Amino acid sequence: MPLEAYVAVSAALFVIGIACMLSRRNVLYVLMGIEMILNAANINFVAFNRFSGDGLDGRMFAIFVIILAAAEAAVALAILLNVYHLFRSVKPSDADLLRE
Amino acid sequence: MDFLQFNPETDYKLLLAVPLIPVLGYVLQIFFGKQLKRGDILLTAGMFTSMCIALLMFAKALNAAYAGEVFLHESVKEWGGWGWLYQSEPGVNLVAGIFYDPLGAAMLAVVTVVSFCVHLFSTGYMHGDCRYRIFFANISLFTFAMLGLVLSDNLLFLFIFWELMGLMSYLLIGHFSHDAKSGFRGWATWASQKAFMTTRVGDVCLLVGMLMFHQHFETFQFTELWSAAAETVAANGGQYPAWMTVAGLFVFGGTIGKSAQFPLHIWLPDAMAGPTPVSAMIHAATMVAAGVFLLGRTYPLMSPMALEVITVVGATTALFAATIGLTSWDLKAVLAYSTISQLGFMVTAVGLGSVTAGMFHMTTHAFFKACLFLSAGSVIHGCHHEQDMRLMGGLRKKMPITFICMFVCTLAIAGIPLFSGFYSKDKIIMAGFERVLDHDHFSGAALYGLVALAIAAALTAFYMFRLIFLTFFGEYRGDQQEHRYSGMLDEHGRGGHIVYHDHDDHDDHGGNAHVPHESPKNITIPLMVLAFLGVFGGHFWLASSDPLANHSKPWFATMVSESTLYGDEISGWLSPEPHGHEALEHLEHLEHTAHLSAVGTSLTVALLGVFGAWLLYYRRRDIPAKVVAAVGPLYPLVANKYYIDELVTRYVIRPTLALCRALKWVDEKVVDGVVLGVGRLNRTAATVHAWFDGMFVDGLVNGVGHLTQAFGSIVRLIQTGRIQQYLSFAVAGSILLAAWLILS
Repeated sequence: MPLEAYVAVSAALFVIGIACMLSRRNVLYVLMGIEMILNAANINFVAFNRFSGDGLDGRMFAIFVIILAAAEAAVALAILLNVYHLFRSVKPSDADLLRE
Repeated sequence: MDFLQFNPETDYKLLLAVPLIPVLGYVLQIFFGKQLKRGDILLTAGMFTSMCIALLMFAKALNAAYAGEVFLHESVKEWGGWGWLYQSEPGVNLVAGIFYDPLGAAMLAVVTVVSFCVHLFSTGYMHGDCRYRIFFANISLFTFAMLGLVLSDNLLFLFIFWELMGLMSYLLIGHFSHDAKSGFRGWATWASQKAFMTTRVGDVCLLVGMLMFHQHFETFQFTELWSAAAETVAANGGQYPAWMTVAGLFVFGGTIGKSAQFPLHIWLPDAMAGPTPVSAMIHAATMVAAGVFLLGRTYPLMSPMALEVITVVGATTALFAATIGLTSWDLKAVLAYSTISQLGFMVTAVGLGSVTAGMFHMTTHAFFKACLFLSAGSVIHGCHHEQDMRLMGGLRKKMPITFICMFVCTLAIAGIPLFSGFYSKDKIIMAGFERVLDHDHFSGAALYGLVALAIAAALTAFYMFRLIFLTFFGEYRGDQQEHRYSGMLDEHGRGGHIVYHDHDDHDDHGGNAHVPHESPKNITIPLMVLAFLGVFGGHFWLASSDPLANHSKPWFATMVSESTLYGDEISGWLSPEPHGHEALEHLEHLEHTAHLSAVGTSLTVALLGVFGAWLLYYRRRDIPAKVVAAVGPLYPLVANKYYIDELVTRYVIRPTLALCRALKWVDEKVVDGVVLGVGRLNRTAATVHAWFDGMFVDGLVNGVGHLTQAFGSIVRLIQTGRIQQYLSFAVAGSILLAAWLILS
């Protein structure tokens, strides 16, 4: 399979992620969108590593990104719980205290 | 006798005690006067102690003089002094010490005796006065000032005491100005100011003269000044430099003010607004004597030209004050003018080169004038504070002790032989003859002085006997003015006329308060003491069989001569001994002639004056009125004291006041105007500034704020707080960026 196929999947995943982030009214879906964007990046890392020759740099980066995504999800879910506790809602448009 | 030897170890302490006792009395009386029930007695006793010490010291001086020893003591050299502005290097070294010479000894004795008599007299005379306590304190401090002045060994301390005396005279002359009941109230206030201001003119002159001498000689010590003067004159080829004449005349200006010489004499007649004891102090022992004493101390500094001026001023004063004395009806005014006249005698004597005669007259005058004034006080006391001689008369029988004392002292002041005034006045006239008869020393001023003094001496005898005849002889005229008295009593009540005291012995007269009476003992005893000294103060003539003989010199001449005053060196320089047989013979001949002429002149003029007074005011009482009519406008001129007060008012006081007003106008309009103008200008400038500040500076600052706010309000439109919106912006931006990268 040529590189373009990987990149195309990655791009598709990225766009789906963005769309999910921008359009969903639930913060959980926004977080899921973020996960998709991160995984789009992972596919790119692994694919470019596979087609650019020796070394494991790209794959290592992918592993780091997975770890980061896990950490990020933990922090984001904690914040989300607090936001819910404060606003009784998980809509991102409701948490607009800083606007004032 | 050993105890009559001067002993520096103890005697300086004793001398120090003489002025310190009165000042201690002053402090006690001022601060603890209310607790001290009999402060007056305490102070009088203190004065008595002072007098005893001074007399003991005087005895030492007299003993030394009769033994022919030198008696010139400076504590700075023999014992110690009190440093003031003192530094170890030469320069402005001011060390005060005691200077005790025969003149100082005589003066100290005179001042303490007179002051004691005045203290004693005051216990009777001033009794019942509402400021009795303060009066005693002041009179003690007055005495202290004079004693300090006499003992000062340098000009600066003399000046300090001199000024203190000026202050005390102000306070004492103005004694009644705080007494609401006193009829003298306004006059006393005015007279005290007049005395203070007039003497101030002289004091400033003295200060200037003193500083001129200090600038050239760099010392204030009398002895150093004298030798410095001798050196300067010797270095200048025997001629006095011009500045010494000027400085000498400035110093003499102090004497003019303090000793009431023409034209600053005007304060002295008004000084009798004070109580009579104060007048006695001022006229006899303190104040006016200080000026003459200053001349005695500074005589070696005076150039011949300055001495001529001194002669002319003194002689003029003596003559013109005597003429005023002829016309006055006020008992105390006659005495006041006689004081001025007698001071003129003393000053003339110094001017004629005979310091000894001047100082001698000052001493004798102190006794008889104190006695005369206190007697006048006694008369006034006896006549219930009547001072007009026209309302007296015939008091001889009613007040015998006062009469005898006053009569004896009148003989003394008139210059009747054997009485003290004769010896001193005779010496002065003799000094005049010596100058006039000697061709080498003749000067017009001396001749003028001699003639003026001779006339003044005759006038003195005349007006003093006029006073005696008017007051003590004839009929009592006080009751002739009964209507005047009763008018006053009706108007003011009993206390209205009786000027300031209202004391018990008025009741002694059984309701008739207008009959003159003899004064109590504490008034007559001082009179007798002073009258005794008025008789014997010139010459102890009972001790000598031939009182007019040349060989028995008066005690003062034995004690005080130029060489005892200034030391042999200075006196040798002042009046060089003649050399050669011929010159000596000439001098002896001159002295003999002068002596005979002087005795003849003083006898003639004194008898002439007495005879004139007897004729005009006892024998033929109609003559004075005719004389007054005959001389026409001359009488009002003299009776109004030559209009000098009026002249001073018109040409000195009014211009001064006008100048003050002009200066006040300048101050108010110009100086204040400038200050106010600057203020207004500042205010205007500040207003402009405030406008600028509000307009531009604040505008700029506010403008920045407004701008930021406006910008912020635009920018905050996109700050919605919605994360997804932000994200969409970011995505859109990314897409635009990517498009730009791809397309470019």
